[in-house]
Amino acid sequence: MSAPAISVRGLDHAFGQDEARRQVLFGLDLDIAAGELVVLLGASGSGKTTLLTLLGCLREVQAGSVRVLGQELNGATEATRIAVRRRLGFIFQAHNLHESLTARQNVLMGLEVHGRVLRAAEAAAHVLSLLGLGDRLDYLPAKLSGGQKQRVAVARALVGNPDIVFADEPTAALDRDSGRVVVELLRGLGRARGTTTLMVTHDTRILELADRILRMEDGRILAG
Amino acid sequence: MTQVLARLLGRLPIGWLQLTHNRGRLVSALAGVAFANVLVFMQLGFLGALIESIRLPYAMMEADILVQAADANTLQDGSPLPRQRMLQALATPGVASASAVYYGRLDWKQPDGTIRTLDVLGIDPRERVLRAPEVEAAREALMISGTALIDRGTRNVPPALFDGIEAGMPYTIEANNRRVTIVDTFRVGGGFGADGYLLVSDQTFLKIFRSRQAGAPNLVLLRAAPGEDPAALTARLRERIAAPDVAVRTVPEAVARDQRFQTTQRPVGVVFGFGIVIGALVGIIIVYQILATDVADHLREYATFKAIGYRQGFFLGIVLEEAVILGLLGFLPGLMATLGLYALVTQATGLPLAMPLLRPLTVLAGTIALCALSGAVATRRLARADPAELF
Ligand SMILES: Nc1ncnc2c1ncn2[C@@H]1O[C@H](COP(=O)(O)OP(=O)(O)O)[C@@H](O)[C@H]1O
Ligand SMILES: [Mg+2]
Repeated sequence: MSAPAISVRGLDHAFGQDEARRQVLFGLDLDIAAGELVVLLGASGSGKTTLLTLLGCLREVQAGSVRVLGQELNGATEATRIAVRRRLGFIFQAHNLHESLTARQNVLMGLEVHGRVLRAAEAAAHVLSLLGLGDRLDYLPAKLSGGQKQRVAVARALVGNPDIVFADEPTAALDRDSGRVVVELLRGLGRARGTTTLMVTHDTRILELADRILRMEDGRILAG
Repeated sequence: MTQVLARLLGRLPIGWLQLTHNRGRLVSALAGVAFANVLVFMQLGFLGALIESIRLPYAMMEADILVQAADANTLQDGSPLPRQRMLQALATPGVASASAVYYGRLDWKQPDGTIRTLDVLGIDPRERVLRAPEVEAAREALMISGTALIDRGTRNVPPALFDGIEAGMPYTIEANNRRVTIVDTFRVGGGFGADGYLLVSDQTFLKIFRSRQAGAPNLVLLRAAPGEDPAALTARLRERIAAPDVAVRTVPEAVARDQRFQTTQRPVGVVFGFGIVIGALVGIIIVYQILATDVADHLREYATFKAIGYRQGFFLGIVLEEAVILGLLGFLPGLMATLGLYALVTQATGLPLAMPLLRPLTVLAGTIALCALSGAVATRRLARADPAELF
């Protein structure tokens, strides 16, 4: 097995200053291998989202060590974090599509971040077809259903061939079948390209597809 | 259009797509830019008309050099000159000839009781003082005491009156209790001072303005001998007539000085300059408002793009793209409306409002620069797009 995609040691995190300071993550240790599909479970407020934003280079690491794709994030500059982010894919709870851009254009945004890309339009269309949106390429988000929009967001996250995909309860907006399609696609990518997935979800049908399930409680990862 | 911009920018033209997605906002933004453009264009038009209307009477004078009172800032003010000055000038080698010009302002009462002001020029009709062919043709007629020519461009006078005069029906007016008969017309074009010009002989002038004295004109026009350099001759004249009460200038110098004075010292000129600044400010504020609102409305999308890995420069690019598009698209209707308004104002006031080729280019460049500035300021709000808040 190669170096882990994600490696966390003694990660603490707190929000607020002085009096208002509240610690939400306590000494987390975690390793996720490349190609793994890991599901993160835990009650609301247990710190799942906070952990995801730290691993996704969206927040500064305060204490402890976080290595993502070999890069130490504690003390990393904004430029370093942006460089790592470009190798990640994000699927948010809300689709966060740009209302003025068509499905294909939204997906292109996940590609153009890497500069000029050859055959970008075809690549975007291909990923959308994989997600069953081949006939919705030039639709604006307003003309798509909630599930379709979420699939466009998934396509946007996957089109740049990310090394790690972070998803925070994405299936909330996906209808049952397309939720499974998406996760199967992610699992296939894990097998074929070594794409790692860390996903927060409560969907039991997806739990079956996970390589490993982690449980969080009050800012700690339970042994399991 | 999207394709063209994509080629140009090397990325999706998100600014363009964002602007065209919200048609209502786009239209009001363009109307705002166009409005600011019209404001600036009108002020520039008036300023240009002021500058041009100052030049016109000078351009008519058959002269290379002007001798004016030292306290004169324009053609219309300043003390009369002592007669000596003209003789001194004539005695200077290189001066071919000289003509005196008297200036006075006259209230011309209309049949309906309203008043038009006329700038009255008194000249010696035996000499060629003004270049206009109409004046040349009417010199004979002006020699008869009590006759005059009127400027066809005089404001607020029924055109039928001029038509009648030109058709050979002299029109008699009362000028300071003297009857003056207008026998023909000439053309200067109204300015910002008086409504028009009246041309009379020096003899007639002295009858209208009884306090003025023969031999004390407002202006002496000098013509250089053939082959004489006006600048060199002016220097020689200044030495020759070294009196503190006169100023000797070449015609272009005198025009430039008059224009400088009226545009910077007179309320009209200052107001127009101020108006340009106001117009530009209105434009900046409108564009800033539009772009800042647009940024605020897309904070979530921008936060998403930040998460994906786009840098600050990318967002600045989007807002600048929008700014330039607004500047370009708003400029055209602004220019169109301006051309219409110029024609309208020229028709209504006789002011020479014209659109020199360079002005639209300058205004366009200024519009785009100010839009870009507004856009750059509007991107400050981007700091609030925090990708950590997206999950
Ligand atoms: N931006 C924030 N500022 C302050 N407190 C926060 C912030 N984000 C999350 N928290 C707090 O941190 C704890 C963990 O939240 P979160 O990571 O969102 O949990 P989960 O995703 O498991 O529901 C919660 O108590 C929440 O109130
Ligand atoms: Mg959460």
